[in-house]
Formats: sequence, C-alpha cells, structure tokens
Amino acid sequence: MAILIRMPEIAANATSAVIKEWSRKEGDSIRIGETLAEIETDKALIEFDADQAGILGKILAPAGKDIEVGAPIAVLFAEGETSVDIAAVLAAAGVGTASGTAPAAAPAPAAPFAPAPAVSATAQRAPAGGRVFVSPLARRLARDRGIGLQGVQGSGPHGRIVKRDVDALAAATASKPVNVNAAATSTSVASSASKATDAGYVEIAHSGMRRTIARRLSESKSTIPHFYLSAACKMDKLMALRAEINAGSSRKISVNDFIVKAVAAALKASPQMNVGWTDSALRQYAQADISVAVSTDGGLITPVVRAADSKSLSAVSAEIADLAARARSGQLAPEEYQGGSFTISNLGMFGVQEFSAIINPPQAAILAVGTTSQQAVVADGAIAIASVMNVTLSVDHRAIDGAVAAQWLALFQRHIEHPLSTLI
Amino acid sequence: MTMENYDLVVVGGGPGGYVAAIRAAQLGLKTALVEKAQLGGICLNWGCIPTKALLRSADILRLVKDAGRFGVQVAAPQIDLAAMVKRSRDVAGQLQSGVTYLMKKNKIAVIAGHARLAGGGKLDVTTANGVSTISAKHIILATGARARPLPGLTPDGESVWSYREALMPTRVPTHLVVVGAGAIGIEFASFYHALGAKVSVVEMAERVLPVEDEDISRHMGDALRKQGMQLYLGSRLTSSSKRRNGGVDEWTLQLDGRHKESLTADVVLTAAGIVGNIEELGLEATAVKIDRSHVVTDAYGATGEPGVYAIGDLAGAPWLAHKASHEAVICVEKIAGMNPHALDATRIPACTYSHPQVASVGLTEAQAKANGHKVRIGTFPLAVNGKAIALGATGGFAKVVFDDASGELLGAHMVGEEVTEMIQGYAIARELESTEAELMETVFPHPTVSESMHEAVLAAYGRALHI
Repeated sequence: MAILIRMPEIAANATSAVIKEWSRKEGDSIRIGETLAEIETDKALIEFDADQAGILGKILAPAGKDIEVGAPIAVLFAEGETSVDIAAVLAAAGVGTASGTAPAAAPAPAAPFAPAPAVSATAQRAPAGGRVFVSPLARRLARDRGIGLQGVQGSGPHGRIVKRDVDALAAATASKPVNVNAAATSTSVASSASKATDAGYVEIAHSGMRRTIARRLSESKSTIPHFYLSAACKMDKLMALRAEINAGSSRKISVNDFIVKAVAAALKASPQMNVGWTDSALRQYAQADISVAVSTDGGLITPVVRAADSKSLSAVSAEIADLAARARSGQLAPEEYQGGSFTISNLGMFGVQEFSAIINPPQAAILAVGTTSQQAVVADGAIAIASVMNVTLSVDHRAIDGAVAAQWLALFQRHIEHPLSTLI
Repeated sequence: MTMENYDLVVVGGGPGGYVAAIRAAQLGLKTALVEKAQLGGICLNWGCIPTKALLRSADILRLVKDAGRFGVQVAAPQIDLAAMVKRSRDVAGQLQSGVTYLMKKNKIAVIAGHARLAGGGKLDVTTANGVSTISAKHIILATGARARPLPGLTPDGESVWSYREALMPTRVPTHLVVVGAGAIGIEFASFYHALGAKVSVVEMAERVLPVEDEDISRHMGDALRKQGMQLYLGSRLTSSSKRRNGGVDEWTLQLDGRHKESLTADVVLTAAGIVGNIEELGLEATAVKIDRSHVVTDAYGATGEPGVYAIGDLAGAPWLAHKASHEAVICVEKIAGMNPHALDATRIPACTYSHPQVASVGLTEAQAKANGHKVRIGTFPLAVNGKAIALGATGGFAKVVFDDASGELLGAHMVGEEVTEMIQGYAIARELESTEAELMETVFPHPTVSESMHEAVLAAYGRALHI
C-alpha cells in the first residue's frame, strides 16, 4: 500500500522546515536508511532518511518551499505498485486533496499541499517559546555542568535530549584536540560527539548550532557584497561620563552599553541604514532592534535588544546583562535572538585593535568594535594622548550606498564622542 | 534445484529469534527462520511460560490452604500433579501456535531443521527431507543456551532433573535438592516446596539470588528458611553417588565449604547456570569469537564474522527472554541501516517468580558504590503498606538507589507479592531518565502495593510519609 511521507520535526521546536534538495527522484527505489532529502530549519540541516522501503512514487512538496511539520511531502509506493490514486491516499490520511492530482469532480482545492486543518491548528497553537525536549536527568546534568541545550539535536526518541547527549557535549567541550594519539581516555567520546583517529586529530561532530553558523556565514560572505568603513572614536568624554555614572550606581554600565545606545540613536536619525535586504524588497525596520553578539560554549549567538533607541542606558545595560547570561546557559527563546535590525560585534575586551565582521543576513550592516586604548593623536596642531576606539562598519552594498553609510558612521562617531547626546 | 536466497536467515526460534524475524519482515527484508525443535524456544516451551503456569497452581494451593485466615472455610486441598502439568503444557502449546501464526502473518519462511554455517553467506539446513543449502545476506544466530551440566549429574528424567524434567514431573519428590540458588533454582524450589516436598538449596555464593541486591537476598533467604527450606549457602557439591533403595534412586551428595554435611535426596535438580548452544553451527570455520561458551558480539550483535550476528542467551548474560527480544530488534534495525541505540544492561528488569517474588532493575547498592557513586538509599517495608496489609501479604519491601549528585535513579529492587508486575514503573522511570523529583511528583493510586515504590523514593530523601 502507498504510504504518505510527512515533514518530520527535525528540530525540537520547529513548526516548519524547508526541503533543501530531494536526494532521490520520482520512480527511484528506496531502501530503508537511504537519504530521501536534505531538510533544513533555521537551526539545522539534516539528511532525512527513509524508514520504510518502497518506490518514491510522487513528490508532493518541491524543494525550496517552507512546509509545516506533519504536512505530506511525498508518497511512497509499495514495491510493484504503479498506478496509485494520490488523492485517495491523501484523503485516506485525512489530508486535503492536492491540486493537480485531484479528480476533476472534486471541489476546488485550496493551495497545493495544504496540510490538514488539524495539523495547522496544532502548529499554530504550539508555543513559540521553543520547547526543548529533554529528559529530567539530562536537564539537571546540563544545568549542573553549565551546558546550554538550545538548538541541540538529541539522540533520544523524536530528538529528545537524553543523558548520553549531555555526556557527549560535556566530553566534546572538555576534549582538547591537541594530541590524540595518546588520548585513550577519549574512547567513550568516540562513539558520539567526536571520533578519535590515528591521524593525529579528533573529529568533533557538528552541533546544530555550529552547522547554522557555518551555513549562514558562508552564505553571507559569499553572496553579500560587503564594503567596509572604519573610524577612530575619541573616548575620553565617554570614559569620564561612564566613570561618573558608575561611581554612583551599583550596576556598572559598560562601554558596550554606550555603543548600543549610540548605534540605536544613529539608526533612528538615519533610517536608510536601518534596513534589510530581501530578494523581493528592501525591508526598512520601524525600530532599532540591536543584535548583540555573545560568545557561548556552543558558538556565537546574537540576542536582540528591542527598540534600544527608546530605552534608557541603564535599561539597555540591564537587558544586555540578562540576555547574555541566559544566552550562555542556553535559556534564550528563539524570538529573543531572531529578527534584529543591526548587529554589534565587540571584541574590545580581548584587546583586539580593529577587525571587520560578517553581516548577519537579512540585516544589511554590522559594526565591529575594537578595544579602547591610549593613543597619540593630533589635536589643535599638537600631539596629545587620547583614549581611542576603532570601529569598522561592514555594509551590504545592495541595500546601502557608501555615502549613506559614511554619514551614518559620522553620526555614530558624534554620539560616541559626545555621549550625553545619546542619554537625552 | 535452485538455492533459496534471503535477506536474513535467523537460526533459532526463541524469543530472540522469532522477534528478530518479525522485525525484519516489518522492515521489508525477505526472512527465513530455522528452528530444529519448537517455535518459541525454551522461554515459551520449557522456561518462562510453563513455569509461570505451574507456579500459578502453587499460588492457588497456597491460597486455598490459607483460606481460613481470610474467613473462608474449605476442605483440605488435593494436589492433582498431572492436571497441573497438563495445564502448563497447554499454556505453552497455545502460545506456540500463536508464534506459528505470527510467522505466517509476517510471511516468514519457517524451516524445521538444523542450520549450519557453510561460509560465504550460505547455510546448510538439515531437515526431515535431507540437506539443502540456502543463502542469506545476513545471518542471526539465536540458538540460546541450556542448563550447565554438573559432573556425575546428567539429567535422566528419573532422579536427576534439569528445568526441562522439572516441568514434566510425574511425582512430587520426597526430598528435592536444588543445586544453584539463581532465579531458575529458586522458582522450582518454591514450586516443589509448595507441593509439599522437602526442599534443600545448595549455592556456592553466600546468598540466594546472588545477582540481586544484598538486602533482597537476605530477605529472600530468611523468607525461604521460614517457609521451611534448607539453604546450604557458601557451599559446593564435591561428590555425588546414587544407589537403588526400594525401587527408587537415592542420591548422596557431599558438600564442602561453609557446610560439610552430606545430603540424601530422591531427586536432584541442576540449576547452576547455563551454557550457550554453540555446537554444530559451523562456527569453527569462521572468525566468530567464543568466550566461555558464549559468542562475543559488539553492542549490536555483530560477531567477528561479517554478516553473522548473535543475540540472546547465545550472546551472553543476562539470560533473559526480554533481553533477547530487545537485542533482536536492535540487531535487525542495525542490519536494515537504521540507527538503533545499543541496549543498556542497567535498564533491563529481572524477575524471579518465587514466593515471595523478586524484581529489580539497574544497579544494586553495592554496584553503585563500586562504580563510584555517592548513593542515596530509600527503603519502604510492605508491612506498613495499607493494601499489603489488606491482602495479608506484608512480607517484602521496595528499595531504591539514587545518585546523590544528579538524582538519577540508578537501581530499584523489590521483594513481595506481585512485585514482578510493578517493576516496570521503575524501568520506565529509568528509561525516561527521571530524577527523584519526577518520581516524587508522580501520583500513585491508593490503595495499592505500588505506593511502597513512591514511599521508597521519598524515604531516600528523608521524606517518607507513612513510616
């Protein structure tokens, strides 16, 4: 009998996914375990393997289309089965008839591949909070060991994260891939997260988060025409103001908090910079939602300070501290790290003088912030010592032209060098 | 004649073999099963199932004898041994035809015969019609195991029994000596003791049910002695001799160790472990490795020989039907290219259907400590469980072992009435990786003996409510 293949829930909290590519074509004979298609969500790209044998009779969902989890994507014919009434199979499975295959007398079908109403209703009811399916023991072990579980693909039933996944993550984090020839102790890790070899290296399996970073940044750097503008900001006034504020407050404001405020203020004043590129249109954002890059054990994540222009410096500071802490413990909900309008990446705390960052699409710009250091500068015809911070703005030339970006950078620099203006 | 080609041939039709065949058929593999005796194997024909049928008779007898205590006056019960055995055989027969039906339903070719590896993915199968050769891409060996023979004590059906003879008695022994206090030995000791035989148990280890938690063994030892059994622990059989006395055999068994006495018995039951059925399989010509009569495999049943797998008793301890079935599924799914998880031995429950019953899953307290765990132990006696008191079955307790650092339930051990039906609660908790918190939050129905499972967890954290 023909079997309906449905979109799998490949990430724990995904409500939909895109078939990146069908690995097999209609008419192909499929054995159990063979890859049918590559499927991706915003978190992971996986190979979707057949769990039943048969003939790939009919592909219902073309590559590139976002399909709800549970919606039919293909029909698998039994061996020897040739003429199958697809509409009947769909109807038998309680799925709305697909157009094109429906009998002529059938009532006008809705959009092709529309999932059953029950399925879509369920999907909509699903909380957007991104539930991570994890066993109680694994949750407790992860918490005790400070391991974030957001985005982790578990090895238990339906991707549930279980103890062995946390053990593997812990082992992968702890393993130092320096010299593994002597690393007999890493054998227990070999079966799961990393593979020790005789070749003098270990292979650490990609986490879902690592795959997402790799895919998104490769795509960004290879498809976005980046250009870069640098500026050296004098920081003496800001440092003095910061010292004054912190002297009278228990919560310490960081230089980065000022930068977020200055970026937000500059975006508000220059809305042509607060944009994102999509193939169909230029997206102009209504508010300055600032993504702040945070490094975690699992990789980079960018929680978002919403409407940073309308929040006070202390509110921004408190929000960033909270987001960063929860990012490191893997507690962020997807809406807290998705959908910013502009990103700040600050490596100043590591002493980096200056660097250029890769744009986080669909955003069109990112500001790379270096350290603040004492430098010799020329002021009023004489050499003087000043605190200087170098910043480099990476811009998507498809969305923003050079002059607009330059004007924005000057605006940002003015806010940083005259920080009171951002506080008023 | 053309040679029949299969994707998978399973050798042995016990709970490992027939489950492997069904799973393979479900996954679309062309499958054959070769069985030289009876479908269902030892478990169904000569083990788990028929013993449970006999032990049910013993339970009924015990209840009837005890009926006065419950305000029911009955005449003294009569034992009809032949009827008990017939019922036990009928139960086995019914289930055997069930397996036959399952093979048909799943379109599995069942070959009644003996299979022998012939190399290159071929098997020589000897049937009533002669020898033929079949070929298979994959071969799963599931030939099981048999009772370990004891020197000088070859089962003869008369005065020396293995489990097989013990299932088909024609008389109740006067004095039965059981050699081996593992699950099999203790179950038969319970049965024959209930039927009125004098029963003595000889065991090399210092306690009965040596693989169970020490507290369980101690409780069982006390309970069996109280019933009237003689236990010779820490002792071994050094010699045995037989003479005819009044038309029946009379055995004299010499013990050494903690006990040095000599026992006289009319029947000796050998239950001192098992050995794998590795003979006559053609393993000599292969790269299959054998360790102490069992085939060495990886976590998915693969042997040293490509395309040859081993599961169940043949592949080693624990010798449990449900372990064999689970290994069967894992092995077949691996063959089919799926990605099953290896079986975690600490998640396999074990049950002994003695009186009282014993059931456990996971690590014993001693094993947990030996593995470096700082443990938290909780116990709860059935003597203060309301339902157990109402049932008049207050012997026994539940014991749990937690890892103090993580709250992981490392093991659970129970002794008492019908605990074999309850242990899966803890097995599920282990599989779902529950910590003490989820177990504490679980609502247990009142009044049930299972409440003792909840109380034991609470007791581990100093929170027991009813003690």
